[in-house]
Amino acid sequence: MANTSHGIGGLTFDPKKRTRPPELNVLAALVLIIVAFEVLGQLVIGDSFLFNTRDNVDTLFNEQRLQIIILQVAIVGIIALGVTQVIITGGIDLSSGSIVGVTAMVTMSFAQVAVVNGNPNPKAIFGAEWMDLPVIVPLLVGLACGLFAGMVNGLLIAYTKIPPFIATLGMMVAARGAAKWWSKGNPISFPTDSYAAIGKGMMPVAIFVVLAVLFHLIMTQTKYGKHCYAIGSNEAAARMSGINVAGHKVLVYTIAGALAALAAIVLSSKNLTAQAGMGVMYELDAIAMAVIGGVSLQGGRGSIIGTCLGALIFGVIISGFTFLKLDAYYQEMVKGVIIVGAVVLDQWRQTKKGRG
Amino acid sequence: MSEFILETRGLTKHYGGVHALTGANFALAPGEHVAIMGDNGAGKSTFVRQLTGVEKPTSGQIIFDGVEHTFQSPIEAREAGIETVFQTLALADDLDVPSNLFLGREKIRFNLGPFSILDKKAMREATLAALVKTGVKIPNLMNTIRNMSGGQRQCVAIARTAAFKSKLVIMDEPTAALGVQETAQVENIIRTLKGAGEPLILISHNMRQVFDLVDRIVVFRRGRMVANLRKEETDGQDVVAYITGAKTGIEYEGAA
Ligand SMILES: Nc1ncnc2c1ncn2[C@@H]1O[C@H](COP(=O)(O)OP(=O)(O)OP(=O)(O)O)[C@@H](O)[C@H]1O
Ligand SMILES: [Mg+2]
Repeated sequence: MANTSHGIGGLTFDPKKRTRPPELNVLAALVLIIVAFEVLGQLVIGDSFLFNTRDNVDTLFNEQRLQIIILQVAIVGIIALGVTQVIITGGIDLSSGSIVGVTAMVTMSFAQVAVVNGNPNPKAIFGAEWMDLPVIVPLLVGLACGLFAGMVNGLLIAYTKIPPFIATLGMMVAARGAAKWWSKGNPISFPTDSYAAIGKGMMPVAIFVVLAVLFHLIMTQTKYGKHCYAIGSNEAAARMSGINVAGHKVLVYTIAGALAALAAIVLSSKNLTAQAGMGVMYELDAIAMAVIGGVSLQGGRGSIIGTCLGALIFGVIISGFTFLKLDAYYQEMVKGVIIVGAVVLDQWRQTKKGRG
Repeated sequence: MSEFILETRGLTKHYGGVHALTGANFALAPGEHVAIMGDNGAGKSTFVRQLTGVEKPTSGQIIFDGVEHTFQSPIEAREAGIETVFQTLALADDLDVPSNLFLGREKIRFNLGPFSILDKKAMREATLAALVKTGVKIPNLMNTIRNMSGGQRQCVAIARTAAFKSKLVIMDEPTAALGVQETAQVENIIRTLKGAGEPLILISHNMRQVFDLVDRIVVFRRGRMVANLRKEETDGQDVVAYITGAKTGIEYEGAA
């Protein structure tokens, strides 16, 4: 197909003229940030960020640190996959952190063992007949929680025309309340072995990677993905072209809810416990990952690959701050700066393009 | 039974107190090309939006291809065979050319409901074919249309109608943003439609273009049809007189 000319004046299809994928910029930023921490590490504390400097382990890279980074971002990364789809359609989801909280509580209640060290489970929520259930039960219950909460978001946004910001803010408060109400604030612990296996070791990373690949394919190869971009790009045009905009929005928020529920399952399994405060601020971390990865808050632009790179940048920065032995308080402040910075960068790119 | 491909009877649209369109009785014969002219705000685009299911008329009938229709959505009008280039173009800036051409009616490799797999290759090839038909210059099909010129974007919207079989084409000011060469291309597309016997409604402010292309001129003024003129029986000055209100067609006396 390359370099063909047709018609009056010639219609050219020239692969060289393809605009550079914006993900390359995000990748460059990731590399730059890693190099910066490497240099800072050598200068400030005389240690390497990336490479192994201990004699007792025989590896080139500091694998322990790399593992911690990806493990750290994997769970919030699962949420970010859903948030990415929401933002691409021109919406926002502030409820994902709270959906994690309530889903973790409910799911864990169905995943408990009856007997701990010969004694009845001290954290039991239900009677013995609701304990030691096969792992599929808590999985389905958890997913149902997320699907339901996400669908309520979607229905509110699509049919009552409440702005997504307000609708999901309401869900954020309500779902957090539900999480606290569920066990009157008590933590829920002692899951079955099969439930505990879901988030063991590097399983969260494996689950994240599988989901990322799946949603990358969905966003790039299916009608669903195409319609997400179309709605975020020009909702009126999407409607005029016959796309069922309302139905699509319900679907997008429902999927985002389901992904938040999956994150809750992985997280509670990894921690072997669920608390009402689980997932606080995760929604902002997930939004930050997407925005850093080039997903535009104005909708229509961004990709799953970008969000994955954004998640890595996010993880590297947090880990880099720990590595430089900077105070944890700085991390929070820097997170805020990163989010605002990424949005400013996006808007600056837009105005530049608009003029050019 | 009807000798018309499209007929409207008393088509009316009020936006609250704004009477954007009142009692339009319009008819289009098979193969006929008709221009709609009128000043800004005369109700031309409003008329188009009622015909194409974008809005629901306040009252009146639309008879298309012998059947009375009440289109609930643009897709229903399109499925009935009405292809439209809207004045607002209805394009998604962040999508590439093939995605815009097939927006809302993507070609599918296999059906998985909303998650149906797209047949990108087929859409790309059909897009190339449609663009060749229209002779449009576009640097690269796979770029988003955000950075394309107004003319190129307009051409993408027009190529959309060329990519699908239809029984009626409606173009709302298709050459408003175009240069001389591009305008000539669009006019060629319209001549091709004429040659193929496809009926067309063309909305345009360009008197030369209208007299070059169409068989009949309908004039709208302040939401009402005020003239229905065969091209041979009128001239530019005459049409201007109807547009400005200096004259009103005999059959429309008392209307406006
Ligand atoms: N959604 C709407 N709500 C209220 N008034 C509207 C709406 N759409 C159009 N109008 C009004 O209806 C009238 C006709 O508008 P329309 O767009 O049909 O004009 P037009 O003939 O296409 O003009 P132009 O040549 O500028 O495109 C105008 O007075 C316009 O302000
Ligand atoms: Mg108009």
